[in-house]
Amino acid sequence: MIRLEKRPEPSRIWAWATPPLAVFLTMIAGGLMFALLGKDPFEAIRTIFWDPLFNEQFAAFSRPQLLVKAGPLILIAIGLSLGFRAGIWNIGAEGQYIMGAIVGGGVGLAMFPSDGWYVYPAMVIAGGLGGWAWAMIPAILRTRFRTNEILVSLLLVYVAEQLLASVSLGLLRNPDGGGFPGSRNFEDFPAADNQEIIAGTGLHWGVITAFAAVIIAYILLNRHILGFQIRLTGEAPRAARFAGVNPNRLIIFCLGASGALAGLAGLFEVTGPAGQISIDFNSGYGFTAIIVAFLGRLHPIGILLAGLLMALTYIGGELAQFMLGLPAAAIQAFQGMLLFFLLAVDVLTNYRFRFGRVEAA
Amino acid sequence: MDLAGINPVLLLASLMVASTPILLAAIGELVVEKSGVLNLGVEGMMITGAICGFAVAVNTGSPAVGFMGAALGGALLSLVFAVLTQVFLSNQVATGLALTLFGLGLSSLMGQSYVGIKPPSTPEIAVPILSDIPVLGQILFQHDLMVYFSLALVAGVWAVLKYTRIGLIVRAVGENHDAAHALGYRVVLIRVACIAFGGACAGLGGAYLSLVRVPQWTEGMTAGAGWIALAIVVFASWRAGRVLIGAYLFGGVTVLQLNLQAAGVAIPVEYLSMSPYLITIVVLVIMSADRSRAALSAPASLGRSFHASS
Repeated sequence: MIRLEKRPEPSRIWAWATPPLAVFLTMIAGGLMFALLGKDPFEAIRTIFWDPLFNEQFAAFSRPQLLVKAGPLILIAIGLSLGFRAGIWNIGAEGQYIMGAIVGGGVGLAMFPSDGWYVYPAMVIAGGLGGWAWAMIPAILRTRFRTNEILVSLLLVYVAEQLLASVSLGLLRNPDGGGFPGSRNFEDFPAADNQEIIAGTGLHWGVITAFAAVIIAYILLNRHILGFQIRLTGEAPRAARFAGVNPNRLIIFCLGASGALAGLAGLFEVTGPAGQISIDFNSGYGFTAIIVAFLGRLHPIGILLAGLLMALTYIGGELAQFMLGLPAAAIQAFQGMLLFFLLAVDVLTNYRFRFGRVEAA
Repeated sequence: MDLAGINPVLLLASLMVASTPILLAAIGELVVEKSGVLNLGVEGMMITGAICGFAVAVNTGSPAVGFMGAALGGALLSLVFAVLTQVFLSNQVATGLALTLFGLGLSSLMGQSYVGIKPPSTPEIAVPILSDIPVLGQILFQHDLMVYFSLALVAGVWAVLKYTRIGLIVRAVGENHDAAHALGYRVVLIRVACIAFGGACAGLGGAYLSLVRVPQWTEGMTAGAGWIALAIVVFASWRAGRVLIGAYLFGGVTVLQLNLQAAGVAIPVEYLSMSPYLITIVVLVIMSADRSRAALSAPASLGRSFHASS
């Protein structure tokens, strides 16, 4: 008989080994799914994970895309991981991402056609504040009225989507756009455009900010009292209370930080890769970032790697769509599967399998 | 603007139809949470039920078989959650989210060849004699079978939880799984059964959307209904009767804002469309502001993993 025995402390080896194991298992299960869809599983997996980086025909286009896609995912996931570590569940990053784009983009558009140096910094600050403010709604409701932050933050995503529809059809619509929905294209507004910093690499300000966020989060979690309190609250809530950790302050900080980072990601996306505020500029990064955060085991360096891997599945998925006719939804299911396997194999970190009969105590 | 064009009788009748998907999903989730499990994957199970029900109904031509397929699909997906959280002891919040993300992807994958098809129509059943009552008859007694089924389900869940031995065991497992285990109840098995029941209910709710309410298949068509069902369980303080009130309240807001949109009220469409979500948040705040009651009514073991360690 097989039974689980709790480890005295989490296994360090398995903590590092589970994400690659989960990726491997997902490839097998995903391959089965692709085979069921009538595609060659090996070709599909190779197209998703190998071709975007190493196939001579596609790599030139795909490699820069890696940073473009990974930037927002990492930025959002870093913010989410802080809260997740402390048991504070902000799952409405998608909404904060949209609000960052609306507020930041709106500030920029209000200054059109100025070419001052201050335009873009002002937009970045406004974008961060927009996401922060949107996340403050669940934070304040949680601290004041003990309202569940999971539900409120998630429901606000739908509110943000409606607001996005409203502004792209009304307030922020391009006055020279001939009545088409969507804002001015930021490419026509150089002072507010988030261009590639080094041509052909995909590196833009959002990616730089994401890398900075990784470093800051690493220092915060390992060297700062606030990071210690976050980890303590997650691992031993009772001990944290005895140690005098103020839970409300932590909630405000974690939700605020993740909201601000998601807002920044939205602003960088809308002024760069997306190009304009439109009804459907958001591509679900706020939700995929949840997978990234867990795949990275809520560790900044892990999230950096996980973000790059998840970006690869996006690009490879598009490539597979184009080359093999693999449906876009298959990639979405594939990403969801990854999270399942990750959570399942995580049992190895905290428990150990014992074979044989249970001996009487 | 033409407010006079809104017929209050039709409004109330469509309220019942609009509420049914959320009512079904919420009553299922109530049972799951009563057993001490927080399954945040309602949205994923609903949308999977929506496409399973739709596909089965289109292929067999029978909405009834479709609903059965939906319940089965929702239950099967929920078993993934059950295995992960009960056997592999994974975090329930994260696993629930994974279920939603996976369900959304899986459903659009399954639904590709079903876009733009009309499902076989579900017949309305006019209850004899009662449906002839003026006004009330039209509001209450001229619906399809699922509306009545959802009401019967609420009554059934209420009665089982309150009066039967099974209900008592479920509640015991949800309040204190260690004590229930010590008494000899199979905590994991009971929870798996409750999760499967919740999945089946969510699947039925989703299928009601795709087969009756809309009736059509579009990607992401649940549009947060599963999350609202979760909110309604909190609103209801984990009581079956109040789930009914919550779901009908929400259905009322939805129908009213749709009617206001149609009547061309001066409020922009987007603001009307976001009103159900905003009202759900406001209601959640009001319910949770009352500290003592919120703390007392939630099952004590809600969201905690159970591992029988000696």
